[in-house]
Amino acid sequence: MTISSVTEVMDDERSVKDGVDQETVDAVQKISSYKHGWETDIETEYAPKGLTPDIVRLISEKNEEPDWMTEWRLQAYERWLQMKEPDWAMVDYPDIDFQDQYYYARPKSMETKPKSLDEVDPKLLETYEKLGIPLKEQLILAGVEVDEEDIANRKVAVDAVFDSVSVGTTFQSELKKAGVIFCPISEAVRDHPELVRKYLGSVVPMSDNFYATLNSAVYSDGSFVYVPPNVRCPMELSTYFRINAENTGQFERTLIIADKGSYVSYLEGCTAPQRDTSQLHAAVVELIAEEDAEIKYSTVQNWYPGDEYGKGGIYNFVTKRADCRGDRAKVMWTQVETGSAVTWKYPSCVLRGDDSQGEFYSIAITNNYQQADTGTKMVHLGRNTKSRIVSKGISAGKAQNTYRGLVSMHPKAKNSRNYTQCDSLLIGDQCGAHTVPYIEVKNNSSRVEHEATTSKVDDDQLFYCRARGMDEEEAVALVVNGFCKEVLQELPMEFAMEAQQLVAISLEGSVG
Amino acid sequence: MISDERQRAVMEHRLSGLKRPESGWSAPVRSEALAHIQRVGLPSRRDEYWKFTRPDTLVQASAPKAALFDNDESPVFGEVDRLKVVFVDGVFDLELSDELALEGIVIDRLAAVGDQGSHWAESVYGKLEQRGQDPVVRPLAALNTAFATDGILIDVQQTPSKPISLIYVHANETSDAILHHVIRVNEGAAVTILETGPAAARFNKCMEIELADDSELHHVRAQGRDHERRAATHMFALLGARSQFKSFTLTVNGRLTRNEIYTELSGENSSAHIAGACVGDGEFHHDDTVFVTHDAENCDSRQVFKKVLRNGATGVFQGKILVKPGAQKTDGYQISQSLLLDDDSQFLAKPELEIYADDVACSHGSTSGAINEEALFYLRARGIERAEATDLLTLAFLREAVEEIESETLADEIVSRLMAWLLRHRPE
Repeated sequence: MTISSVTEVMDDERSVKDGVDQETVDAVQKISSYKHGWETDIETEYAPKGLTPDIVRLISEKNEEPDWMTEWRLQAYERWLQMKEPDWAMVDYPDIDFQDQYYYARPKSMETKPKSLDEVDPKLLETYEKLGIPLKEQLILAGVEVDEEDIANRKVAVDAVFDSVSVGTTFQSELKKAGVIFCPISEAVRDHPELVRKYLGSVVPMSDNFYATLNSAVYSDGSFVYVPPNVRCPMELSTYFRINAENTGQFERTLIIADKGSYVSYLEGCTAPQRDTSQLHAAVVELIAEEDAEIKYSTVQNWYPGDEYGKGGIYNFVTKRADCRGDRAKVMWTQVETGSAVTWKYPSCVLRGDDSQGEFYSIAITNNYQQADTGTKMVHLGRNTKSRIVSKGISAGKAQNTYRGLVSMHPKAKNSRNYTQCDSLLIGDQCGAHTVPYIEVKNNSSRVEHEATTSKVDDDQLFYCRARGMDEEEAVALVVNGFCKEVLQELPMEFAMEAQQLVAISLEGSVG
Repeated sequence: MISDERQRAVMEHRLSGLKRPESGWSAPVRSEALAHIQRVGLPSRRDEYWKFTRPDTLVQASAPKAALFDNDESPVFGEVDRLKVVFVDGVFDLELSDELALEGIVIDRLAAVGDQGSHWAESVYGKLEQRGQDPVVRPLAALNTAFATDGILIDVQQTPSKPISLIYVHANETSDAILHHVIRVNEGAAVTILETGPAAARFNKCMEIELADDSELHHVRAQGRDHERRAATHMFALLGARSQFKSFTLTVNGRLTRNEIYTELSGENSSAHIAGACVGDGEFHHDDTVFVTHDAENCDSRQVFKKVLRNGATGVFQGKILVKPGAQKTDGYQISQSLLLDDDSQFLAKPELEIYADDVACSHGSTSGAINEEALFYLRARGIERAEATDLLTLAFLREAVEEIESETLADEIVSRLMAWLLRHRPE
């Protein structure tokens, strides 16, 4: 059945089913297949295949980096050679040949850096347009309907990363007025070395783990954010990652610093073309929240998940960590993980400052042969620190979905508090849902509570929906959206809508 | 797998002085167990499964010295009518034991029948332990199978009139005991097994339990009191249809205790309830590692573990519920809670779920914290002194685990021991 005929059927049915929530119908209508699976036909320049010190130097050279950065990369490369790929996660994939990858790919048109968005290759702009990420400053993210007056208040600045390079960053001048630095990290290394040197690798050390170390050696681009003291970032910041080139790993690095008393909300989205071979993505994200600062970091991860037989898809090995360095600092991670063939990702918070807070809200959906091992670490070091974890895992098809987390209360973290809730939902009897929490409590004035449940989609709820004329897939999508509600409502508006639809799309073919 | 030379050396050092029978029905499975250890090595600090507990003293060549403890209390379960089987430092004591005969059951000693050509225990001994080696290796249990010097083999044909009580006496400061028990409960029969005492300076004990359809086993254990011994124990239980397995363990101090329980629900409608209460005051490390596998429909399992910790004591709980594909209508529950009475103590937990069937209801909860100040205030407002109020609340907290014991007499005995302990350990 082609996509258009599915739509026709849907249209027919819509007339029958009065009273069905339009949102649900739209969501289900979009159930076709991975909708970002197309590829941009563009001339790409690659570094030679494989990983050697020369490749590391080449990447550094392409980014016109100072010597200290090149040295840092080479040091990471040396460390990486000594390290072993971790095997403790509940994921299973063929061995990765790290020499059979391209570590650098850039659209030929980006050879001379465009001075403004107007100079950017229209094909690239088109790509983002098609993805719903217009790189024009007057526009907000596509697909979001808001009142005319609201538009001014709902600006989103975008840094668009295409394979190994940043294509363009919008609203830079307006942000500059507020004192906010938002630019590709390659640019920051050149223009703001004092900040980069101070903070890069200070949260995720160069040799933190196998993939982080690999990233330290070969990261090509990513976003850099600095919000000065007492500044509330005037708009949401966003990075959109697109993998286009084949057999190419994307290794981006994001560094966000919220100085004393500042606030920033950052969104991250990702997609990739549909291919038979798997591709590697190993990112590092470091967040630093100084005294009284707050960072809100939201992700909708929609990398290509592979086909229904488990062929292709992105291997997503990501290290994300936040350091609440100052007192009363606050970091909130929200993630919607629907894509990738394999996900290995644990956005964490080190609660160093007294009264600092960390939050983690996650929806992880796996279908077909997808595997996700994701969760968080909350490391309480300061007094009166608080953390909250809400994780919703949904597993369908032949997928495996694991929550893995750590809550650690150090002896000095007096009067701290953690609440963790992990719920798993199973759809079908071929999939798996797992929970692996680690709890370490080393003082008695702190309270730690952990709860986890696993169940299937409630038959009564399904019956209720079916009795009102929904078909099974619609009903499941609705019930699952309800299951995820606690997390969905933590997302910024632009993402919440996209996420809701993704929830439905990701479960395509999981019932009946 | 053994990853380096040091680990190999530790293993060889540990195994060097140990002996096992070269002939008899147990010889083949003992060789297999030894081969397993030689393949995987002994536990080391780097093993994920030993993340929270240092196995060093359990794998070193000889037992660390443990002072003898003069216990002035009356024996645990002393008032209960029971068949006593006494081991002193791991050696069977004929004088102190009752005659090993009871209507409905057949009891043999491993040391006495091990050299026979065949024995009913052959189908169980080392076999359930082998099943428990996957997905996580348990080398200390394999070591036990290979080198156990004695133990009892109980074939329960019909429900006996009284519990069988295994009493472990510690009389030598450097004793190193390895005991291996096998219990087979036949269709429709039920048995109660009691275990008490510290056993030895270092104790490695393994118990394999095979439950036929419609059978029951109740296990209540009190692991000595305030002594310095180190212990690594394993229980492996295989449950037939509609069978019931209930186990409760009280641990009161002891330098190091690692209790592993591996339960497989392989018959439909079977049920496993595993509980533990533990009180630790001082340099004490207690680890409950529980693994429940659901491999049949309509089974239920409960894990209830409570720990009260003070003065630098460490409590560990690693619990797992594994629901295999097809084990639909599973009801799995697990709770682990700790009460930290001061700032020096710690609670480390890893409560896991691994689920491959969709029509299940599984949950786990884990909490840790100090005593509830409001409850304390309530009691104090009624004229109860702080120390006593703390004891009352502590006891209430532990009681939830004790209540898992089906027999009221046995549960009361455990509660009275806990009360006595709290009184003795009341802060000045």
